[in-house]
Amino acid sequence: MSENETVVEIKNLSKEFKGKFAVKDLSFDVKKGEILGLLGANGAGKTTTIHMLLNLITPTSGSIRIFGKDFAQSRIEILSRMNFGSAYQFLPYNLKVIENLRVFAEIYSVDDAKERIAELLDLFELSHLKNNSTGMLSSGEQTRLNLCKALLNKPDLLLLDEPTASLDPDQADKVRKIILDLQRRSGMSVINTSHNMIDVHELCDRILFMQTGTVIAQGTATEIMDTYQSQSLEEVFIMIARQNSNSPNTISNN
Amino acid sequence: MNFRVVKALVLKYLYVCSRNTFRALDVFFWPVMDLLIWGFMSIYMMRVTTSVPKMVPMLISAIILWNVLYRAQQVVCVAFLDDVWSRNMLNIWAAPIRPIEYVGAGYVVGFMQAFIVVVVMGILAGFFYSYNILELGLHLAILFANLIIMGWSLGLTVTGLFLRFGPPAEALAWAVPFIFQPISAVFYPVDILPPWMQTLAQITPASHVFEGMRELISTGHMNTFHIYAAVGLNLLYMSIAATLFKSFYEEARKRGFLAKYAA
Ligand SMILES: Nc1ncnc2c1ncn2[C@@H]1O[C@H](COP(=O)(O)OP(=O)(O)OP(=O)(O)O)[C@@H](O)[C@H]1O
Ligand SMILES: [Mg+2]
Repeated sequence: MSENETVVEIKNLSKEFKGKFAVKDLSFDVKKGEILGLLGANGAGKTTTIHMLLNLITPTSGSIRIFGKDFAQSRIEILSRMNFGSAYQFLPYNLKVIENLRVFAEIYSVDDAKERIAELLDLFELSHLKNNSTGMLSSGEQTRLNLCKALLNKPDLLLLDEPTASLDPDQADKVRKIILDLQRRSGMSVINTSHNMIDVHELCDRILFMQTGTVIAQGTATEIMDTYQSQSLEEVFIMIARQNSNSPNTISNN
Repeated sequence: MNFRVVKALVLKYLYVCSRNTFRALDVFFWPVMDLLIWGFMSIYMMRVTTSVPKMVPMLISAIILWNVLYRAQQVVCVAFLDDVWSRNMLNIWAAPIRPIEYVGAGYVVGFMQAFIVVVVMGILAGFFYSYNILELGLHLAILFANLIIMGWSLGLTVTGLFLRFGPPAEALAWAVPFIFQPISAVFYPVDILPPWMQTLAQITPASHVFEGMRELISTGHMNTFHIYAAVGLNLLYMSIAATLFKSFYEEARKRGFLAKYAA
């Protein structure tokens, strides 16, 4: 794979639920080794986009190509080289930590499973909990376990939906460093949604700002702040969210 | 088809079972209770009337074989619900798992559980009622296989309904076998049913299995018609179930239910 190879290619992607667009006419690319941030208010369509990239949701229109292939022909091949992690997904609570990882290592056909699991548990500081029941972990520990699962198969493309939502600042910082390290060493590409502006600043090479299913701004964090003549992404976020809603106090859905 | 994936999903189910006492009840407690009640009931009936010879082996074989269908269907559904209950759906459907591998794993654990149930109930039938289910000979395997396949088809269809209709459909996991029980003629011959129910029974694979079983026990022979009918209907229903499942699965992806189930 060459450095500027396109890993994800989305063209005019739309998803309509009951006559309402969750994602509308979305187009973007992700290059090898790039970390793309999806930002936007609650209900902007970030998770729907991630789910379409996982083939969990069928688009209403538009096309998705990942590693140059599409899901209709190569679903298994594409998904084998990807993975997914979120603070809101859990691994089966009645299995031990190590059992969950064994099961997913097998699902992803990881060959050196034992070593890989030990390495990841160590990386996410969970080794001492490996024989504990998953349901008994704290939410931050569960999130880190989920990230272990997400990295089991050394994915070329990692999709993260609010990966640091339940992590304390120390752990969130460590997780960001792990992801950055993997990106630099292995050229992994990442698409990351987050409401945490530190995540976005530190991780993302490029940001797509979404509002009601469409991209309304994109660029590096600095470029976006410049465009909106603002000192912080947080300020931009609030500005965009309020200028596009009818009243500043509109209760957002989801 | 990647057998490593099937193996992984079976392993997951076995881990769940080994942690959950209620799962052990499914294999040991309920089938044993069924056996005790129907066994003693048939002994009592033999005391009241002898007009149905071989009542005891018939009812005991019936309750054992009924559990085969019931378990096979149930396990396929519960294996899916496990992923729902543990909020593991996204991890599963975002992984490189073909639907056929997922369903195949449910079938394997359904088979395993049904097999264990037959062994446990068979041993207890020998102990309590001096009845040896192996007297059915090779036919036992044929009857068993047909009930497993019918259970799988029902399980697959119901799992499809979960995908399409979500949690409101979950009660079906427990209700569906009992909807089919009256027309499966488990404990009585088809000809005692009213005509319209006899028609339904004719197109139910299980009724042919149980008719065949009774014939075998009372005469020592089984008309091959019963086997052909059960196998033919099973093949038909399995392909219908697979088609339904596929269309419900596609529909769930369109509506975003796969991603949002139980969310
Ligand atoms: N399966 C579905 N059926 C109907 N509407 C849906 C479905 N899934 C999502 N939506 C709607 O689509 C819109 C986008 O939702 P999505 O989950 O993508 O937002 P999000 O950007 O991830 O928000 P958040 O920051 O709150 O996670 C929302 O208005 C949501 O209500
Ligand atoms: Mg979201």
